[in-house]
Amino acid sequence: MQDKASIVGRGNKEGASLLRGWFSSLSEAAERGDKAAYVFVMGSMNELLKSFDMLISFPEITSLQMAVRHVAHEYLQEAEDYGYSPDICGYVKSDVALQLRGGQHPMGRIPKPSLSVITNACNTYIKWGEIWERLHKVPCCGLDVPGHRQLGVHSQPGDEQFETDRAFVEVQIKELITTVEGVTGQKFDIDKLRQCMAYTNQMSQSWARLLELNRTTPAVYNALTDGTIFLGVANGFRGTQEGADYFKNLVEEMEYKVANGIGTTTDEKHRISFVGVPCYPIFRRFNEIFSEWGGTFVHSTYLWFASGGTNRGFQYDLDDPIRSLAEGTLLSVRDAMDSMFDQTTILKTAIDDYGLDGVIYHPIKSCRTVSTGLADSRRQLIEDTGIPTLIIESDMMDRRVVSEAQLKNRIDAFFEGLNSRRQQAVVRGS
Amino acid sequence: MSSHPSVFNAWREQSLDEALAHCREVIEDGDYSPVQRWRESGGKVLGHFQVYFPQEIAHAAGMLPVKLRGAPVELVHADSRFGSYLCAILKSSLDLALSGEVQLDMFVSHPICDAARNLAAIWSRNFDYPCQILYLPQNANSEGTIPYLREEYGRLLSTVEEVSGKKVTEEDLRHSIGLFDRSRALVRELYDLKRSEPWKVAAEDAYCLVAIGGLIPVEEHIALLERVIPELQQRENKKEDRIRVVFEGAFCEQPPLDMIRTIGRSCYVVDDDFLIGLRWFTEAVGTDGDPLLALAEAYIERSSYSPVQHDDRKVKEAMLLERAKAADAEAVILTAAKMCEPGLEEQVAYVLALDESRIPYFLSEFEESMTSFRNLELQVETFAENLLFI
Repeated sequence: MQDKASIVGRGNKEGASLLRGWFSSLSEAAERGDKAAYVFVMGSMNELLKSFDMLISFPEITSLQMAVRHVAHEYLQEAEDYGYSPDICGYVKSDVALQLRGGQHPMGRIPKPSLSVITNACNTYIKWGEIWERLHKVPCCGLDVPGHRQLGVHSQPGDEQFETDRAFVEVQIKELITTVEGVTGQKFDIDKLRQCMAYTNQMSQSWARLLELNRTTPAVYNALTDGTIFLGVANGFRGTQEGADYFKNLVEEMEYKVANGIGTTTDEKHRISFVGVPCYPIFRRFNEIFSEWGGTFVHSTYLWFASGGTNRGFQYDLDDPIRSLAEGTLLSVRDAMDSMFDQTTILKTAIDDYGLDGVIYHPIKSCRTVSTGLADSRRQLIEDTGIPTLIIESDMMDRRVVSEAQLKNRIDAFFEGLNSRRQQAVVRGS
Repeated sequence: MSSHPSVFNAWREQSLDEALAHCREVIEDGDYSPVQRWRESGGKVLGHFQVYFPQEIAHAAGMLPVKLRGAPVELVHADSRFGSYLCAILKSSLDLALSGEVQLDMFVSHPICDAARNLAAIWSRNFDYPCQILYLPQNANSEGTIPYLREEYGRLLSTVEEVSGKKVTEEDLRHSIGLFDRSRALVRELYDLKRSEPWKVAAEDAYCLVAIGGLIPVEEHIALLERVIPELQQRENKKEDRIRVVFEGAFCEQPPLDMIRTIGRSCYVVDDDFLIGLRWFTEAVGTDGDPLLALAEAYIERSSYSPVQHDDRKVKEAMLLERAKAADAEAVILTAAKMCEPGLEEQVAYVLALDESRIPYFLSEFEESMTSFRNLELQVETFAENLLFI
């Protein structure tokens, strides 16, 4: 029997420790002059690269760490001095400055790339990969993952269109294997790939369960703050035993909290969903502006797309690993894309599933993939459901476009409205 | 042959200068009335967002493919559908549709950039007709790319057939490819003239002659170019003291015509990437074999470059240098549309390459709705004079 002191909060501690260890291993590799594969959160090909024992760097995660640690502005300025526009992705610019600084960042050092894997889930991935290609003369391995072609029209395994797309992804995976063999000098080992995929299967199952557990009241974790730690581990440790074990333990912790009615540190009065990418330059404070009103982020589309679609809980068929890797990548990355382009469908279900009181849309300057359609999505959600929503703009990296006072004004007004709505409902009920 | 009446006749029976003025009028005003005339005669319209679209597929089904390239309009409806930090073309294109200025039966966008890939979903939420993404491959270097693209064109064709109500045969497609090959050959001829004797065709006129091809049936575009190009070639304009420049950065959002005109006053724009999607193929697609496969092969193997296509074989800064060299350009006007992520990112690589090659360049940003060009004119003039007289 677990006692409360040993289990509650374990996930955050273990997650932070794993992330520190990961960044340390990257720093040590950089000092040795070793290289790392640069990948992205949507379509990382972690399982494949880890079957070659490659060290993995996620530049998106490194960049967001700079914002959380309040040094992003230095890196952004350096990249802008180099020639990059203030109007492009802050993650890219921070990484450019990091590369110009020989990999130095607040948590250590990132090795130079041996190759990069770029999917089309975000077009900026492609432009980013081209920057490394130019700076480091390393292969920039494209992986096209065709998304859904029309809102609400989803091809499924067995459909002609799905199989065409899957075959295309499979060819590209086989070509990636050949490239990685060339870069590492190692022969591909299909059994090692199977093992990595088996770990991902465990992680995916746990991730889907984790999302499900927050349907309870009170919510057992904050989808924005705690969720970001979970995402770091889900990406960095995908395809590893450590990652699989971490999420098994995390689910155990959350099930314990559900069973014992233990919520987050917020006195939960309003259950809200977060749509978009967090405001990392004031990460803690951003959440506080909500929690001061008893607002708890019980749901977030970020946990869907930034996990690369792990929320689907897709289970690889280990008897046919490459075909299944293609199928899983296609389904998961498509799911991630839908979480960015078609949140309305997801949110309509989530309103009941998670007992949502409101939805917060947070378009940001840096990321047009996530932000372009949010105003229209919100319009549609209001039309279809009438749920209270708030749209606030800032950035994930650039503190120059984050105005805490303006954010607070709007968030305060939103909660005043929610409270007033609730009071009116009570009056009507009585 | 199309059974529809002509939709753009103003240039016929007119002098060369008058014909060019009619083209300028349509393009400068963001006038989509030729499209409206097509629709009024019972035709169906497929609107495709920038950059490249296989127009042959729509044409073969009897639809009018219309390039949605925004317009310098005041936003009435679309602003509330978007966030703040976005390029203008995205918003103005939707505004044209929401206002009814452009009426479509089908909309297609492409995953060219983070913003544009949202368009199919946004349009779907606002219109009842099919709004789709054509998943043009971003990985141009896989063995699977061309077969995949051929199938993707087949998928698109199925929807086009449903919308148009016409079953398309291979022969229909070959006929359409033949027509578009002809119009593209004429456009290449126009660009040859820009390169060899740029004083015979003003930059804005060449631009309008290409742009109008995105609004009218290809048969009419061919007739227009077949009439106008020989007359341009025979003009007896005198060469003036202007520098020869390549204009780069207009692959998606288009600069206002006044900006092109302003630059043209002190420079000869001898090559550019204006509306590059309409000029994507560097040679004929051809009418042999499987037409969809031919289109897919041409897209990957015999095509130009832009910041929104990744191809290991197309190092974009090298291709810009090649474009400048082939056009015997002395300098480059290097621009990007405001808030255009791929364009702004590519600018850095272009700048580094131009610096290394010691090719002078003028760096700028633009927006389709810009109205003041005095500063630009002064700066470009100074830039040009520096090169001419120092």
